[in-house]
Amino acid sequence: MSALLSLRNIWVEYGDKIVLEKVDLDIEAGSFVSIIGPSGAGKSSLLRVVLGQEVPTRGTILLDGEPLTPECGPDRGVVFQRYSVFPHLSALRNTIFGLECAKAPLTARLFGGARRAAAAEAEEMLRAVGLGDALHLYPAQMSGGMQQRLAIAQALIKRPRILLLDEPFGALDPGIRADMHALITRLWRDYALTIIMVTHDIREAFTLGTRVLTLDKRRHDPHAPHRFGATAVYDLPLRRTEPAAGEDVADDASPQDDEEAIGNG
Amino acid sequence: MRWVNRHPRQGNRILLGALPILLLLLLYLVLAAQRHAENPMDKILPLPGSMRDAMAALLFQADQLTGQFVFWADTVASLQRLGIGLGIATLTALVAGLVLGVLPPARATFGPLVTAIAVIPPIALLPILFIALGLGETAKVALIVIGIAPVMMRDIAAHVSDLPREQIVKAQTLGASSWQIMIRVALPQAMPRLLHAMRLALGPAWVFLISAEAIASDVGLGYRIFLVRRYLSMDVIIPYVAWIAILAILMDGALTLASRRAFPWAHGAGR
Repeated sequence: MSALLSLRNIWVEYGDKIVLEKVDLDIEAGSFVSIIGPSGAGKSSLLRVVLGQEVPTRGTILLDGEPLTPECGPDRGVVFQRYSVFPHLSALRNTIFGLECAKAPLTARLFGGARRAAAAEAEEMLRAVGLGDALHLYPAQMSGGMQQRLAIAQALIKRPRILLLDEPFGALDPGIRADMHALITRLWRDYALTIIMVTHDIREAFTLGTRVLTLDKRRHDPHAPHRFGATAVYDLPLRRTEPAAGEDVADDASPQDDEEAIGNG
Repeated sequence: MRWVNRHPRQGNRILLGALPILLLLLLYLVLAAQRHAENPMDKILPLPGSMRDAMAALLFQADQLTGQFVFWADTVASLQRLGIGLGIATLTALVAGLVLGVLPPARATFGPLVTAIAVIPPIALLPILFIALGLGETAKVALIVIGIAPVMMRDIAAHVSDLPREQIVKAQTLGASSWQIMIRVALPQAMPRLLHAMRLALGPAWVFLISAEAIASDVGLGYRIFLVRRYLSMDVIIPYVAWIAILAILMDGALTLASRRAFPWAHGAGR
């Protein structure tokens, strides 16, 4: 199989409440998978399972054919809706942090030449997400959109095999959200990323994704609604060649993008 | 305009804040003058003049027995005990708070113990400390540490374990180990809280210091107050209490300033 990530018969249960049942998925390298579904359908649970933050009750997850350890690791990057940057570090140091952890196990700090090299790499990454002028700002001094850009840069510097996005643009204004869509599309293409994004915005799911998964319950027991879990009820592959080619010109915040976003906001 | 919307300006605020203090001082002077008009030998509410005379002796004249300037010797002894006690308590609280806050197994193992120690009234332990550690400096410092460390520890542990889960998960996806999360994510974010906890602990720390000094000591601010109480020397007690208040305010201010300087991100992100 060419699948980068495989979920085999995944079940997630909390007590006698079944959240996910029998989820089987293969995600190919380079795909951008959007996950949508009603509230409480286990979108975030699925993401947490892939992330390793939560252990599935049953089933196995394979990354490159190897079973995943039930713990978060640098092979899977994540951007949450909020709280995914460190408030006590400037943008640059937030980004360097990932490099420092790998290279300095004891102090988690780099000095001298190693530090300069890491800083240069982090600076380049921050420029790539459009934060080149905000290197020394603390997150509290940034807007919501800038904080999400920082969270993305922070995750990408580790070159994760898979980038997981949990409603990353949900708390942003429509205009900013359009900018972020352009950004994530560009990064996805430039860095050949594999992305899984949970969203409640259906339009966002279809604009960005190469594949849209809908999670919902297949069966419903009116007397015990919690006894059936959700699974992927729709799995739609999309073609995404045209926007990818056309967006090169109108990359950062084209006015067209803004209008569309506001019109559908 | 509603009272909730009336915000005094900077200058006015200082004036308003000073007003009740000045009124209290005035009230004291009036009462003291009244008593002295009736009985010139009154010792209960001494006039500023007699306080000045009594304090001058302690401030500027060496004690005949020890050769020390009593007031300064008392201040140094008390501040030393307070500083050592507060320092040990703060360090313990930081280390234990981090470990308890970050590592769930440590929290499960030692959390109940810390809670149990925290609910014991420290003064009730004072006899045990005196018996176990003798009447020297150790027992006094130990009382301060036992008195304030558990509360600070619980505060730091609670603050650290309340850090957003997302941050801890994010740090792990960046490759951080438990140790690295502790020193790079939890420790810096616990520091402003630690300084805040120190400010809150200053009050109880003084209480325990004065208690220990009152019971068994031969030098110290608390010792002096309880010693001269036997002679109804309000002209010494009142300046000593005022001096303790000034020291406490200075420490509180220094901690606030240190927190703002060292951790601008915790105070609405430094300008």
